[in-house]
Amino acid sequence: MCGIVGLYLKNLELETQLGELFSPMLASMSERGPDSAGFAIYGDEVPGDQIKITLQHEDTAFDWAGVARAIGEELEHQPVWFQNATAAVFKLKTSETMAREYFARLAPEAMIMSVGRSIEILKGVGLPQEIIERFNLPSMQGTHIIGHTRMATESAVSMAGSHPFSTGMDLCLVHNGSLSNYNWLRMRLQKYGIHFETENDSEVAAGYLTWRLREGDTLEQALKAGLKDLDGFYTFAIGTRDGFAVIRDPIACKPAVLAETNDYVAMASEYRALVHLPNIENARVWEPEPARVYVWERGSKLGMVA
Amino acid sequence: MDQGGNFIISKSITHRLTDDRTMTDDYVKPGLRESATFDRHTINEIQRAADTGIYDIRGFGAKRKLPHFDDLLFLGASMSRYPLEGYREKCATDVVLGDRFASKPLHLDIPITIAGMSFGSLSAQAKEALGRGASEVGTSTTTGDGGMTPEERGQSKMLVYQYLPSRYGMNPDDLRKADAIEIVLGQGAKPGGGGMLLGQKITERVAGMRTLPVGIDQRSACRHPDWTGPDDLAIKIEELREITDWEKPVYIKIGASRTYYDVKLAVKAGADVIVLDGMQGGTAATQEVFIEHVGVPTLAAIPQAVQALNEMDMHRKVQLIVSGGIRNGADVAKAMALGADAVSIGTAALIALGCNHPKWHDDYIAIGSAAGYYDDYHEGRCPAGISTQDEKLSQRLDPVEGGHRLANFLRVLTMEAQTLARACGKSHLHNLEPEDLVALNVEAAAMARVPLAGTQWIPGMSGY
Amino acid sequence: MKTIDLLETSVRELNQSLHDQANNCDEREWVVLHPMGRHAVACGLNQNISVDIEGHAGYYCAGMNQKASVTIHGNAGQGVAENMMSGCVRVKGDASQSAGATGHGGLLVIEGNAAARCGISMKGVDIVVKGNAGHMSAFMGQAGRLVICGDAGDALGDSLYEVHIYVKGEVASLGADCIEKPMREEHIEELQQLLDRAGVDEDPKAFRRYGSGRQLYHFKVDNASSY
Repeated sequence: MCGIVGLYLKNLELETQLGELFSPMLASMSERGPDSAGFAIYGDEVPGDQIKITLQHEDTAFDWAGVARAIGEELEHQPVWFQNATAAVFKLKTSETMAREYFARLAPEAMIMSVGRSIEILKGVGLPQEIIERFNLPSMQGTHIIGHTRMATESAVSMAGSHPFSTGMDLCLVHNGSLSNYNWLRMRLQKYGIHFETENDSEVAAGYLTWRLREGDTLEQALKAGLKDLDGFYTFAIGTRDGFAVIRDPIACKPAVLAETNDYVAMASEYRALVHLPNIENARVWEPEPARVYVWERGSKLGMVA
Repeated sequence: MDQGGNFIISKSITHRLTDDRTMTDDYVKPGLRESATFDRHTINEIQRAADTGIYDIRGFGAKRKLPHFDDLLFLGASMSRYPLEGYREKCATDVVLGDRFASKPLHLDIPITIAGMSFGSLSAQAKEALGRGASEVGTSTTTGDGGMTPEERGQSKMLVYQYLPSRYGMNPDDLRKADAIEIVLGQGAKPGGGGMLLGQKITERVAGMRTLPVGIDQRSACRHPDWTGPDDLAIKIEELREITDWEKPVYIKIGASRTYYDVKLAVKAGADVIVLDGMQGGTAATQEVFIEHVGVPTLAAIPQAVQALNEMDMHRKVQLIVSGGIRNGADVAKAMALGADAVSIGTAALIALGCNHPKWHDDYIAIGSAAGYYDDYHEGRCPAGISTQDEKLSQRLDPVEGGHRLANFLRVLTMEAQTLARACGKSHLHNLEPEDLVALNVEAAAMARVPLAGTQWIPGMSGY
Repeated sequence: MKTIDLLETSVRELNQSLHDQANNCDEREWVVLHPMGRHAVACGLNQNISVDIEGHAGYYCAGMNQKASVTIHGNAGQGVAENMMSGCVRVKGDASQSAGATGHGGLLVIEGNAAARCGISMKGVDIVVKGNAGHMSAFMGQAGRLVICGDAGDALGDSLYEVHIYVKGEVASLGADCIEKPMREEHIEELQQLLDRAGVDEDPKAFRRYGSGRQLYHFKVDNASSY
């Protein structure tokens, strides 16, 4: 079981404060999720011919520079990259498929966390506050962010088992709840070519979404299909390149609360997580209805979609 | 036509039709072969289902043979291990429950408690008897899915108050009167099932306590109404502690299922004590399929729980109470050797009071059963006056005498456990260890994680 | 009047002070500042006191309330006034799930909307919701009265026992064994009294009544699909 939190900035003047505003949200969900924490931050978008890949290796002394050099030779130009604690972010002029292939060959011990033009997924084992400090979250900037604190239910506490789970380019999922048919579903999805690293139920939900999107569903269609195919209890928050989405299962036992002002839309498992946000006393605060998709995205109509 | 052959057959058939005193196969003719798949019980059940169109409901726990404590043996004193003398050299039996967060943990003289059983499923006399017996030997009783009766609170020196999905009778005054609070997620007989009480037992008093119309069949919730999942359970525990000013230990009771994960989650949610009920645990009423086909044997669940506690460095800090088929002092000692801090008895306690006693044999026959076989607790016709609300029947149980019988039984359990512990050189029951045990068969060895007798082999863990 | 600021005082200290009033009541009016979504605020009260909570409360606010009058000037999280025995709890904003769950008595008023499972397993409490109530409201409700001035969500009164449900707005769908019943004089009177106690200005004649069909009171194989 877990805590989930999300913050989407409507007022982009707050971009420089995104990490600062979000850190207390994540920290306050510690009791719900003491085992591990993670977040997907969106910002610093690369141009259309490039991609951004975030990887992790437990050893902070891992030779990322060497990997960068090796990739540079393959690509015939040096990638822009930087390290943040156990993570490293690479910006490459290539496709996702090629990038994955390079890293599989040149840095097989590193785990790919996310691929996209804007997304960076950082996560790890430990109390949320430790994760916040490890990656220096308060200093981070961006347009939107979703995060998760984990209380492991039926699978191991590990970095790989932590959320957010990447589900495609610039897409990720965090989950509060417990799915009951994920083993059958995992077998099916493996046949469709979806790859899994853990025994985790949430990873299966993420894989399901990846599959549906690959089959041509819009995000809303994929989430609605999930209402039928995913059995169990869940609140999902999904990060997209331009915003985020929230959905609860039809029984809706797992909590979720939303808050909106002119400056932001925020989401959390408990209202407690939102109390430090600016002007929260005047925010519109409400709970998402069960079995409905709520999406906030830049450049489209904001609010409840389907 | 004497010893075998037709005469005997017709005698045995007549025997069965007129006098069901025996269910043995002594007189079955050779050549009649019973199917192991469609045995007589199964055939009878299919026919009953076809007759009635409804599933079979009964009480008691799982009746089929399962790996259990009988499959384990103690390694007694040897050249390297010396026994303790009886009497002079003490083998202590006390236990403290709930000192992780509560300001008033429970101090028990013996590590055997009485498990939760409701007033409603049991008569008021039975609840009073349980309280009397437990208090006589310095241990606790537990309310059930029906609320706290004055009789039980009056008689029981230490009373654990159950907090269940139904919340029948739940109220803060009783919460404050309780010595501990037991949040029930499930029980061994039916992990995932709620309470069941049929109309014949919903008398005025029971109905009043549960806020139900008299005589209806109770429908019970299987999930708690205001929280789902360990993350929200943590907040619920916080509330219960706040209401009771952090005085009382909070137990979490689980039916053995995904025990390893459940125990870790219970600890993370903030439990002081975990009560683990294996599939042999009893119930007053539920579907037979639930009892027999859901859950994990007590033997297999205990090592999972202990492993989970050890990995979190919480063994002995969050206490573990084990229930589900505890019948004698050997079971007590073996459960503790595997790592339990205490055990809990339900079915055995009722049997001690008089459940299935041969003195009521004719009454059992009259209601279609027999002494030693009776499990239709849901019908409310218990000849011993225990699982009934009928005024006349329940008066057959004298609470004072019943209390003494239970106290006797609890003393025997304790002395038997001490005998075994002393033979293993222990001055406290807690010092019994898994290494004091060996298993008689491969299943028990694998489940209990102790070696097969005569070998070093623990299947799945260490080599031959 | 005593004011407690939860920025300076812990919830534990607040609750202990409020609990102490049960034995020795030296202060009848309390104001709590900056609840900020904290849980279990003012739970387990057992005295004729009034408590005004200025802001949004977390889970189980006023849980197991006895005798006290608690007002939340904001929203309330899951399980507000759960298992209430007596007294009055009023939420000026919205209430999250399981509001008034398993309550035995007293009055719970929600001036905004109530989320899912409002009055779940209620055992005698009276609940008046000025706005809408979410799905599965009064699920397995045993006794008491639930009044919804707005709309009710799906599966209203599923598996109901003897709760009286009054709804003015739309009912998305009825739960198993919950049926509409005629509004007779005694029901109009009952509803009028509830609305008066709750301080809600509505015409009882505009409401419809729902109650148990009583078909699930005895296990019958014909009802198998309802189980």
